[in-house]
Amino acid sequence: MASSETVRTLTLDGRDIGLDAEGYLVDLDDWSPALAEMLAAEEGRELTPEHWEVIEVLRDFYQRFSLSPAMRPLSKAMTQRFGPDKGRSLHLMRLFPDSPPKVGARIAGLPKPTNCL
Amino acid sequence: MSDVMTAPLAGDDAGMAAGDLLVMLRHGPHGSSWLREGLEAAMVAAAFGREVGLLFTGDGVMALLEGQQVGPLGQKGSDNLLAALEMYDVERCYVDAAALRARGLTAQDVTLLPVTLLEHDEVVALTTAFSRVLSF
Repeated sequence: MASSETVRTLTLDGRDIGLDAEGYLVDLDDWSPALAEMLAAEEGRELTPEHWEVIEVLRDFYQRFSLSPAMRPLSKAMTQRFGPDKGRSLHLMRLFPDSPPKVGARIAGLPKPTNCL
Repeated sequence: MSDVMTAPLAGDDAGMAAGDLLVMLRHGPHGSSWLREGLEAAMVAAAFGREVGLLFTGDGVMALLEGQQVGPLGQKGSDNLLAALEMYDVERCYVDAAALRARGLTAQDVTLLPVTLLEHDEVVALTTAFSRVLSF
């Protein structure tokens, strides 16, 4: 579920974009690739083409299922789209250390996954 | 009913493989969040590698009919959650055949998921085959 309370804002192209207490978008429609770069930069991450593959799969997953995936389904979706090497949790952990589903969802403009710790 | 007494204790006779968690879904997709909550609980367990089964019974069978999308109230539909089950490797889905019949439905109406229809004795066997049962 998307939280609805804006705790802080980022400014992109003169527009204020609301983030909740955990840094997820308040309005999912605010997402753009430029915003993803900005969210990643906040965490000191630079998005490579491999990151963008994951972001694409995350956004497609949400489009299809109205759900931010936990690790296993993310891994499965990556395998289906880009092959088994890209679906490995090691690969995902390297791209989005700490928690690929949570960090990935934030940068991809999805709600925080509810079904993953 | 007397057949409850003679139902097999462990699901073996009915060919029920053992599992970790059976989630019983007794509510329809709209009007409450029971169905959604139940499906999400199943996904959480599956995300942690548990062997999960789903039993659609009572009004829960309505979730398997087509057209359970976002309604006028703007609540999320359940059809795309059902579609996501496969991504969580939740593949054991059962339907209480009596609940279907009571609503004038047949197996042909169940189009959203591949399911196994169970008669009463088999439903009993199913609940004993799983080490935990959660009812939603």
